[in-house]
Amino acid sequence: MRRMSMELDVFVGNTTIIDEEVYQLWLDGHSVSDAVRMRLESDALSECEASGEVLHSDTMDQYRTFQMCERLLHCPSKLANQLLFQIPAHRQAMLIERYYEFDHTFAREVLGKKLSKGTKKDLDDISLKTGVALKSCRRQFDNFKRVFKVVEELKGPLVENVQHHFLLSDSLARDYAAVVFFANSRFETGKRKLQYLSFQDFAFCAGQLISYWTVGAVDNMMEDMDVDLEKEFLHDLKDLKVLVNDKDMLDQHKSLVCYQLKGKIKAFSEMEANFKNLSRALINIASKLTNTKDVRDLFIDLVEKFIEPCRSDKWTVGDLTLFLTHYTSTAHTLEMFRFQILWERYMGVIKSCILKMYHD
Amino acid sequence: MPGKLKAKIVAGRHLPVMDRASDLTDAFVEVKFGNTTFKTDVYPKSLNPQWNSEWFKFEVDDEDLQDEPLQITVLDHDTYSANDAIGKVYIDIDPLLSSEAATVISGWFPIYDTIHGIRGEINVLVKVELFNDLNRFRQSSCGVKFFCTTSIPRCYRAVMVHGFVEELVVNEDPEYQWIDRIRTPRASNEARQRLISLMSGELQRKIGLKVLEMGGNAVVGYLQCFDLEGESGLVVRAIGTACTLDKLSNTYTPATAINPCNSSPSKDIKDSPQAVPSALGCRSTHSSPVHSASSRLSQGFSVSVPTLLFAGMKHRHRSSDGPRARQCRAGFGEEAPGVPLSSGPPTPLRAQTFSSFSPSKSYSRQSSSSDTELSLTPKTARICLSPSSPTLQSKSSPIPTTKALRSTTPPPLHVSQSDTAMLRKSVSFSEDLLLAASGMGSGGSAGKEAGPLKALLRQQTQTALEQREFPFFTLTSFPPGFLLHVGGVVSARSVKLLDRIHNPALGNTRSYKLLDWNSFTADEPETRDAWWEEIRQEIKSHAKALGCHAVVGYSESTSICEEVCILSASGTAAILSSRFMQDSALDTEHRLSRQQASVFTSGAEKGEGDMGSTASLGFEDLMSPGCAFCHIPYDELNMPFPAQLTYCHCCRRYKVPDVLFTTIDLPTEANVTGKGCLIQARLCRTKKKAQGEGNATAISNLLPFLEYELHTQLMNKLKLRSMNALFGLRIQISVGENMLLGLASATGVYLTALPSPGGIQIAGKTPSDITYEQHISNMQKKINDTIAKNKELYEINPPDLVEEVIGSPIPEPRQRSRLFRSHSESSDEVSELDLSHGKKDAFVLEIDDTDAVEDIHSLLTDAPTPPGFYSCNTEIMPGIYNWTSALQMFTSVRVFRLSNVNLTNQGLNKVFNDLCENLLKSLYFKLRSMVPCCLCHVNFTVAVPEDELIQVAVTAVAMSFDKDQTQENGRQSIDKNLMKAITENEDQLQFPLELSAESSSNPLNSAKGLSEVSGPLPSARVSSLEKASPLPEGRSRSLRSNRSYAGSSVTVVKMTPLSFIPGTKIIKYLGIINMFFIRETTSLREEGGVSGFLHSFIAEVFAMVRAHVAALGGNAVVSYNMKECVFMENPNKNQAQCLINVSGDAVIFVRESELEATPPQPHSASAQTSSSGEGT
Repeated sequence: MRRMSMELDVFVGNTTIIDEEVYQLWLDGHSVSDAVRMRLESDALSECEASGEVLHSDTMDQYRTFQMCERLLHCPSKLANQLLFQIPAHRQAMLIERYYEFDHTFAREVLGKKLSKGTKKDLDDISLKTGVALKSCRRQFDNFKRVFKVVEELKGPLVENVQHHFLLSDSLARDYAAVVFFANSRFETGKRKLQYLSFQDFAFCAGQLISYWTVGAVDNMMEDMDVDLEKEFLHDLKDLKVLVNDKDMLDQHKSLVCYQLKGKIKAFSEMEANFKNLSRALINIASKLTNTKDVRDLFIDLVEKFIEPCRSDKWTVGDLTLFLTHYTSTAHTLEMFRFQILWERYMGVIKSCILKMYHD
Repeated sequence: MPGKLKAKIVAGRHLPVMDRASDLTDAFVEVKFGNTTFKTDVYPKSLNPQWNSEWFKFEVDDEDLQDEPLQITVLDHDTYSANDAIGKVYIDIDPLLSSEAATVISGWFPIYDTIHGIRGEINVLVKVELFNDLNRFRQSSCGVKFFCTTSIPRCYRAVMVHGFVEELVVNEDPEYQWIDRIRTPRASNEARQRLISLMSGELQRKIGLKVLEMGGNAVVGYLQCFDLEGESGLVVRAIGTACTLDKLSNTYTPATAINPCNSSPSKDIKDSPQAVPSALGCRSTHSSPVHSASSRLSQGFSVSVPTLLFAGMKHRHRSSDGPRARQCRAGFGEEAPGVPLSSGPPTPLRAQTFSSFSPSKSYSRQSSSSDTELSLTPKTARICLSPSSPTLQSKSSPIPTTKALRSTTPPPLHVSQSDTAMLRKSVSFSEDLLLAASGMGSGGSAGKEAGPLKALLRQQTQTALEQREFPFFTLTSFPPGFLLHVGGVVSARSVKLLDRIHNPALGNTRSYKLLDWNSFTADEPETRDAWWEEIRQEIKSHAKALGCHAVVGYSESTSICEEVCILSASGTAAILSSRFMQDSALDTEHRLSRQQASVFTSGAEKGEGDMGSTASLGFEDLMSPGCAFCHIPYDELNMPFPAQLTYCHCCRRYKVPDVLFTTIDLPTEANVTGKGCLIQARLCRTKKKAQGEGNATAISNLLPFLEYELHTQLMNKLKLRSMNALFGLRIQISVGENMLLGLASATGVYLTALPSPGGIQIAGKTPSDITYEQHISNMQKKINDTIAKNKELYEINPPDLVEEVIGSPIPEPRQRSRLFRSHSESSDEVSELDLSHGKKDAFVLEIDDTDAVEDIHSLLTDAPTPPGFYSCNTEIMPGIYNWTSALQMFTSVRVFRLSNVNLTNQGLNKVFNDLCENLLKSLYFKLRSMVPCCLCHVNFTVAVPEDELIQVAVTAVAMSFDKDQTQENGRQSIDKNLMKAITENEDQLQFPLELSAESSSNPLNSAKGLSEVSGPLPSARVSSLEKASPLPEGRSRSLRSNRSYAGSSVTVVKMTPLSFIPGTKIIKYLGIINMFFIRETTSLREEGGVSGFLHSFIAEVFAMVRAHVAALGGNAVVSYNMKECVFMENPNKNQAQCLINVSGDAVIFVRESELEATPPQPHSASAQTSSSGEGT
C-alpha cells in the first residue's frame, strides 16, 4: 500500500553502484518482485535486516540502471568511452562478461540453428525445455545474433575478433566462436542420436575445427575469414580415399595398427574384426566433406559410423585413444601414402573430436 | 577589445542516427558566442565525424566573456528541409579568465538536448587570450576567483577576509512569455537555460566588481541560487565572502598551518588587482548601527519570523495561559509584560517609525522610491527583536554617533509571547531560546582585570565589522584563530507575496535583455533587494542581541508556492578575531581620511591603536583553543536572556552555556568526546488552501509553531543521544498548497567543554491511573535504555561524568533542563512539576495528550544507524580520522504521493518521518559494501511540488574509514590523519590505461599520472586511426578491429560535497562549476516512468559535470552541491519536466602517497594543463 504511493524513487551515484547478485537476477530474467522475494530468502542479506521495502527500492533502482546500461552493453567498446556512467574498469569487464555469458543448456538447443527470426519464435519452447526464463533466452539469443553479425564478415582469427569487439574473456570468446561457427556452417546437432552431447562437447569440436581446418589456421595473413572451413583442404581430402580403395594399403595399414595395439587394448579382437569398416567410415566422411550437406552431417556421421560401433563393442576411452593414435601414425609408415600433411591435419581434428564425443 | 576567444571543433562520437534511410548522420557544428556564429563543414555520413576545424576566433569584451557561455550546437544537415538540431553544449569560459585557474578547455563534452538527453559527444578545444585592462571603470571583474568551498581553499592562504558580498539580477522567465505559446518546448527550455547561464555570468561579474572594490581577489563560499517566481519572473541571486587570498607557493604545506601573522598588508595590496577606494567605502561608513530605525520595519507582507536563537533550553515558551506566567518568569523577566507588542530595545524613535509604517494597507506595489513593499500586515503582527537597524535610508542620512560602541553590551531583547492572545493572532513569533555562549567572557567570568582589555578588543573588531553593512560570512570553517566565540544560531524568515509587476517598459522586444538595477528603472530587483536587506538587518540585530558582532555560516534560501514566497536566512552569531580584518581597518582609515569623516577616523585610529593588545589577547585566547569558541560572548551579569551557565569543563575559567547550536562546521580544534551523528527534526503541518493575502497570513501564523516544534524535536533528540551541541544546523521550511514541511538537520556532538546533558524525564499528566503510570515508567525505561545505548554507540564517556551517571542515565536534577511539551495545559501541573523535579533544571517531557505520546514514540522509533555506519551533515565526523580514499557521492530523490487527502497533522508527520527514515535506510543498505563508513555532508532538501506530493532529495558522500583506528584523543593528529589515507584502494576507480605504451611515448602525457588527461590526445589518436582506415564507416570497416580497443579515454572524476578528498592534496583550483539544466519529455512511459526519467537525468547531469571538469584538466569536483531539483510531472499527458542546478569547484588533486614518492613538483599541474593545451 505504501509502496504504491511512492511516486518516484531514484538513487544515482557518481560511481555507478552495481550489485552483482541483482545483476545476475536481472540477467536471469526475473521480474522485480521475484528478485525481491529471492533476495529476501537468501542468507547473504539476512544480516543487513533489510526490509522488503528497502529491497524493492534497491532492486528497482538496480534494474533501471541495468536497463540503461544495456544499450551500451550491446556495443561493449562504447562502455569504456561513454560518459554517462562512471564505472571502474574491472566492473565494466564484469558487466560485459556477465551480460554475454550464456546457459549452455540454452546454447545447446540453438547450436547449429540459423540465428533468424524463425528461431527466435521457437524460444518459448526452448525456454520451457531448458528452464531458462524466456527473457534470458531472448537476451542470449540476441547476443548470439549480435556477435554473429559483427564477426561474420570480419577477417582474422574468429576468437580474437570476438574478444576484441566484445571485450570478453578468452574462454567466453571461444564459446562464442563455437556458436558463431556452428551457426555459420549450420552443423546438425539436433538429431536424437546427438542429444547426449553437451554444448561443451560441441564447443570443443568447434575449437578444433576452427584451429585446424579453416583458412586462418594455416595462413596468418588474414586473407580469408575464420568462419568457414578451407575449401581447398576439404577438396584435397578426397585424396585420402586411397587408404581404403587401395586394398594393399588397407591391409598393410591394418596389420601395422594391429601390431602396435596387440595386448594393449581390451577390445583388440573387435578392433581387428572391425578395422576395415572403421577405417572406411573415417575416410568416407573425409571424402564427402566437399559437399555442404555432408559437412553439416559431420557430427551425426561420426556418431553413427564410428562412435556407435565402438560403443557397442564396449571400447574403453583408453582403447579408443590408442587406436586412433596408432591409426594415424602408422599411416605415415605406409610407403605409398603421400598425403602425410593432409592426413595429419584431418586426423588430428577427428581424433580429438571423437575422443571428446565418446561418452554416454 | 580586451579578449580573444578561440574555439576549435575536433570530432564527434556516438552521434545518434538522424537519417533513418542510411542509419547515419551528416553532422556539422555551429559555434556561437555573443552574436557571432561560425560553422564547420558538414561531415557526411558518419556517426563519428572528424571535423578538425580551424580555430574560430571571437574578439570580445571581457565583460561579455564573463557573462556569455560559448554555445556549441551540433546539427544534422538536411538538403531539402530544415537542419535538425542534435543537441548543444554550453561551455562556461570563466575559468579561463583567471590566471590561476585553467588555461585551456579541451575534451569530450556530452551533446545535450533538453528533450532527448545526451546524444553523443563532441571534442572541443577552447582558449582565451586576455589583454590586461587597467581601466578602473571597467565593468568586468576578470581574475576574481570564485569558490563554492565554504572555507579557505586548501592551497591558498587568507591574507584578509573582507566580508559579505551579495547581488541579485531579475528577468522575466521565458517560460512565461507570450512567445512560449508558439514555440516548441525545446526552444523554450533552451531559452531558459541560456538566460540563466547569462544571468549567472552577469551576477558573478557584478559580485567580482564588488570584490575588487573591496580590495579582494576572491570570493569564498559563493552560493548562487535562483528563484522561479513563475509569472513574476526569475531571480538569480548570490552571496559570498570576499577575501584576499595568496596562493601558497609551497603547496605541500598544509593549508591550515599558515601563520596569519605573516600577512602583511602591503603585500595584500600588491596582490589584489586594484585596491581602489571606492564607493563601497561610503556605504560601509554609513552603516553605523545608529540609525533612525526607519522604513524597513514596515512590513509588506512580511511576516518575519525572527527565529530562534537557540539557547539554553530551560525556558520554554507556551501559548497557554498557565505556563505563560511561569515562562515569563523564567525566560523574560519583567520585560515582556511591559512591552507586549514590540519588544526589543524600546527605542522610542523606533517604535514610532514602526507604528507609522505598519498599517499601510495598500496592496499595490509601491514605487521604488519608497523602500516599503506592499504592506498588508496587521499592526500587531510584528515583534521586533533588533536593537538597531541600519537601513538603506541611512545612506542618505549619515549621522554617525559614538553609540556604536555601546552595542558591546546590547540590552536584553527578548521578546516573548507574553500575551497569548497576541501570539495567536500574531504573525510573528520570536522565541529566544538564546543560547549562546560566552564571549570573551566579558569580565564576569574571566575576572575583572581582563574586562577592559577585552572590551577594547571587542570594540576594535567591532568597529571594523560595523563599517561593513553586513558583518556576515558564508564560511563555515575558519583559519585558526579567526573564530573566537560562538553565540548561537540566528535566523529570520519572512513571508512575501509575489506580485506580477506591470511594467510597460518590459516589451517583448527585450525578451533577452537582462534587467538589472543599474540599467533599468524597473522596481523589481530593488524590491527583491529590499526584501533581503530587511532579513539581513534582522539577522544582524539578532546577532547583536547575542552580544556578537558577526554572523558566520550564513546562508539564505527561499521556498515558493504559487504567489507566496518564504525568504529565510540563518547563520551563527559569533565574535571574530580582528586578525584577518586588521587591514580593513587601515583601509578604512585611508578611505575615511579622504572623505574627511572625522568621527570615524578617530574610531578607526582607536581601533588601530589597540592592535597590540589585540594580539596579546588573541594569543591568550589561543591558549585554550579547544574550548574557547564555546565561551559565552556576552556579559554574564547582563545576560540577554537567562541561560544556564557553568564553568567551562575544559579550562574551568570561562562560562559556557549548557547547549550550543550553530550553523558552522565543527572547528577542527574543538574538543569533542566520542563521535557525532546526524540529527533530524521533521515536521509536517496541514494548512488550508488559500489565496494571496489570506494564504500568506495563514503561513505566517503557522511558521512560529513549526519552528518551535522543530526546535523541540531537535532538543529532545539531542538529549536522547546524550549530546550537547549541534553543528551545521540547517532548517528548511517548504510551503505547499495545503501543507508546510519543516526539516531541520544538524550534526550532534558532545563538546567536552559543555556540561553533560541531562536525561529526559517523562512526566504524566494524570497520575490517577495505575496502568497509565506503568505506561509512563515503561516509556521512561525505554528512553533511559536508548540514552545508555547511544552513549555506547557514540562512545560518549566524558571522564568527569562517570560518577554522575552510575547506574542510571538519568542525571542529577541540576543537570536537567526543562521542556514543556503541550500547548494547552493547566497551571496546576506546573506547580506539580515544580515540586517533583525541582526548579528550572528539569528536562521533562510531559505526556498530556496524544500529541505528546506520538512525539515520544517518534523520538524512540528513529531507527539507529546500522552497525558500521555513521552519518553527519558537516564536513567531517568528529572521532573519525583515518579515512580511506574510497568515496561515493550520490543523489537520491523520492517523491511520495499522499493517498489519503484528509490526513491529520499526526498522520502527515508520520508519513513524512517514515519517508525520511526509509530513505536513510535505503541509503545505508545501498552503501553496505563500504562499511565501515560515514555519510558526510548529508544534505536533505524537501519540497511540495504539488498538492499531495512530498519530494525529498538527498545528496551526500559516503566515505570509508579504517576500522582499526587507534583511539587517539589528540586533536593534533586530525590534520594529518584527515588527509592520510591508510589504504590506497583508489585504483578501484582507475581505468587501466590501455594505451599506456602509446601515451608514455608521448611526452605530453607523462604528467606523473595525475590523471589520464582527456586532453586532445585521445582525439588525436582516434583521428589518426580513423584516417588510417580507408573506409569511413560501416561494419566491415575495421581490420582486426582497432576501433574497439581505443581504450578508455575517460578521466575518472571524483565528486564530493566536501571541500577535500581524504588522502589527497588539492594542488590546483580550476574554477567554479555552475550548471543549470532542463530536461523534458513527452514520452514519460517510454523512458521508464518518472523514476526512469529522473534517474537518467541525474546521471546525465553528473556526466556533464564530470566532462566539464575533465576538460578543464581536473580530476575532481569538491564542494559539490545540487542546489535545485525541481520536478514536475503530468502522467496523464505522459509528460514530465525537471530542472537541476548544480555547483562546485573543479580541482586537480594528487594522492599523498604519490607526493611522497615523487619529489615535490608544484608545477606539475600547470605543466600538465598547458601541455594538454599544446597537444594539437
